[in-house]
Amino acid sequence: MNDQKVTKNVKEIKVDLDKCIGCRACEIACSAFHSRPRFGATNPARSRIRVVIDELNDVYVPIRAGDYTPAECTGRHKYTINGKEYNECSFCGVSCPSRDYFKEPDSGLPLKCDMCEEDPTLSEPWCVQVCRCDCLTYVEREELVEAEDEPRGEMELGLESLMNKYGVEKVLDAVARVSSKR
Amino acid sequence: MRYAETGFNLEIDLSRGSIERVETDPRLTPLHLGGQGTAAKILWDRVPPELDPFSPDNLLIFSTGLLHGTPVPGANRTAVNTFSPQTNFYSHSLFGGFFGPELKHAGYDKIIIRGKSSDLVYLWIHDDKVEIRDATHLRGKGAIETGALIKEELKEPEAQVAAIGLAGENRVYMSTIEHSNSSASRGVGVIMGDKKLKAIAVRGTKDINVARPAELFEICDRQYREIYDNPNCGCVFRHEDDESWHINNFAWGNARERRKGMWTQEREAEWAATTRKYTVRWTSCYNCPKDCHISIAYPGRQRYQLKCYSKLTYSMAAYEELDFNYSILGLTQEYGLDGFTTPQLLAFAVELYEAGILTDQDMPGFPATTAERFFWLVEKIARREGIGDVLANGVYWAARQIGKGAEEFDHNTMKKFEQVPLKLSMVNFPYFLMYATGEKMNITQIEGSYPQVPIADREEREEFVAGWEAAPERFKRWFLDWEPREHQSIEASVNIADWNETMHYIDDTIGTCAFLSSFRGQFGGRPPYHIYNLPQFVSCATGMELDDSDLWKIAARNRNLIRALNIRRGLRRSDEKPPEDHWKKRDPEMEQKMLDAYYEFKGWNSEGIPTRKTLEALSLEYVADDFEQRGILPEGEGTPLQEAVQRAGNR
Repeated sequence: MNDQKVTKNVKEIKVDLDKCIGCRACEIACSAFHSRPRFGATNPARSRIRVVIDELNDVYVPIRAGDYTPAECTGRHKYTINGKEYNECSFCGVSCPSRDYFKEPDSGLPLKCDMCEEDPTLSEPWCVQVCRCDCLTYVEREELVEAEDEPRGEMELGLESLMNKYGVEKVLDAVARVSSKR
Repeated sequence: MRYAETGFNLEIDLSRGSIERVETDPRLTPLHLGGQGTAAKILWDRVPPELDPFSPDNLLIFSTGLLHGTPVPGANRTAVNTFSPQTNFYSHSLFGGFFGPELKHAGYDKIIIRGKSSDLVYLWIHDDKVEIRDATHLRGKGAIETGALIKEELKEPEAQVAAIGLAGENRVYMSTIEHSNSSASRGVGVIMGDKKLKAIAVRGTKDINVARPAELFEICDRQYREIYDNPNCGCVFRHEDDESWHINNFAWGNARERRKGMWTQEREAEWAATTRKYTVRWTSCYNCPKDCHISIAYPGRQRYQLKCYSKLTYSMAAYEELDFNYSILGLTQEYGLDGFTTPQLLAFAVELYEAGILTDQDMPGFPATTAERFFWLVEKIARREGIGDVLANGVYWAARQIGKGAEEFDHNTMKKFEQVPLKLSMVNFPYFLMYATGEKMNITQIEGSYPQVPIADREEREEFVAGWEAAPERFKRWFLDWEPREHQSIEASVNIADWNETMHYIDDTIGTCAFLSSFRGQFGGRPPYHIYNLPQFVSCATGMELDDSDLWKIAARNRNLIRALNIRRGLRRSDEKPPEDHWKKRDPEMEQKMLDAYYEFKGWNSEGIPTRKTLEALSLEYVADDFEQRGILPEGEGTPLQEAVQRAGNR
């Protein structure tokens, strides 16, 4: 572990819930930008940003796709903000089994927001650019963080997730078994 | 591959409980585009003119627009078409929100409903899975509440629901279909109720393919920004406290009088405060940056979304303050009652009571104040209880059922349908033509591209015309020469009526909102969509190469086909007149000259029936054949000499 500090560029999308008009242009833009070929199809079901809408309770919350989880959480928190009640799920960007958000409709594979950092990286994520009512705004700031050790390579990441799934022993056994056959 | 459209319709037979996914004929798209256009073709082919609208064989068609589900901004209006028991003619309604695009993503261009269910059901469409489900537990539930309940029981918060309320269930003629922030009015909810279909819920996750995606996305991205920045589109009154336009120009009570001087600064401040008190949020429809709707929380009422002029219709009909309107809307939207026609029906009933035509015997316990009376009547009408059973048939039929001189109080209907409460002084010929000849029963669905009044200042007028990209050249000339208090020429009037309705006929097929297009040019002359830029959107999406004249021709084809639907059901020249007292100063001779000229311009005979020549030029030969078979057109009709003879004979 080295305890050096380095500056890191942090990208954020700020969401002003009061400004959302529920037009879902962010969903349309996101799905178009990430479709192959680019802009080939618009389909909110493939979008990595979704507006959670409950008209009768005035809930309009754009959320971005974050991590994937294989298990549901209890999701039992109810938040009251300015007299309005929100479900915990309304703020959660996790691709999880309890709802349809952030999964490819065909394959069920999880989707994750990449802040439009594809090549070439956009000056602002596309969803922010189309949000004319300024519900979504983009902020970049620098933050001092602890420097990480060597960045982990693909193999390390892969091994780590195998170990998470099957346990270290089974993975070691499998490595031994497979390599002995070579 | 089919571009922009899915190429499939969903056919539901509620009598048999059958569900079919049917491939559509791709040759119809270049002829009719989609939406109302292709719906009219289906109605022509499958609903014979003798059919009673309440017959199980009447169809109720929900159509997506051709551009729904593409990135084209503001393409979200779903068309609902059927035949109306009130007018016995073709019924056309549109609603915005999110339903059409969702249906497209589920893989369907239309839902075609026939038959009648034995008990209340709802339809659940989730991509390829389609179910007819029991809805008896939803009986009597509010239209908006029903949407929320269905989403909850399906555990599908993303489903889009269109539902009827109590009024629809009870076959009230002015019942609506409610969805999200929008209502389908003009008499389609009654047929949904007749078929015992409480609601349709839809969830779609499929892609829509477009022909030239990168180019389309680029122009759409630009258009979305343009729409946001353009002050002349969307509901221009939505953020305004100044209501003088409607308050001063529209008639109060049972479309009786204009109240000059009613709108004062004090009232504006009071009404603004009322609106603030109940406003929760401004909302938009799918893929549109204009927030035309207000989400309203009125104490003790279901939350609902306010749109357009229904903000004032009940208050003006009852001579009440604005608070009353917010209160009663919370009830009527749940019952699913049309916010344009219902207030007039209520004011009509109050007048009949005051004139002694309706008595306490007809209306036991009828309250003393107009506000309370309106609430009393709404309950009776939505349930078809007592006098409500008569009133639920609309002003025209109720007047005739009640008799005793009640007919005299029916002064604002046309083709048996309640009109916008406008009482003006001098006849306006383009408007005369649009009222008289329109198939859509409401002037707001016909007017909209050419300004209603001239600009007095010559320089201002020139400036207006210089940037008027939406207008074909001839209209610029006519507008430049149009001085205040002057009539437009016959030629200009006919063309103005034609252009106005053509733009609506285009919107109705591709699904774009009239507030961005066909209705908006008349105020400010800068609509984001117009006849010259729409072809590019349609071409990029569908791959069909077309230009403004092609688009115009398709609109004319649909216009004539819909005309033919009504002609086949008996519509003739004698039906084509606005409400008697719509204008104080009329000019009957000139009006008939105008009508002659308009019919001629359209290629219709002196009865307003499209001639064989006209129909053939629009590839509608089959309509001409049918007309001849039925004796509606004499065989071999269409020569100029014959027409002249016929015209002379009719006079």
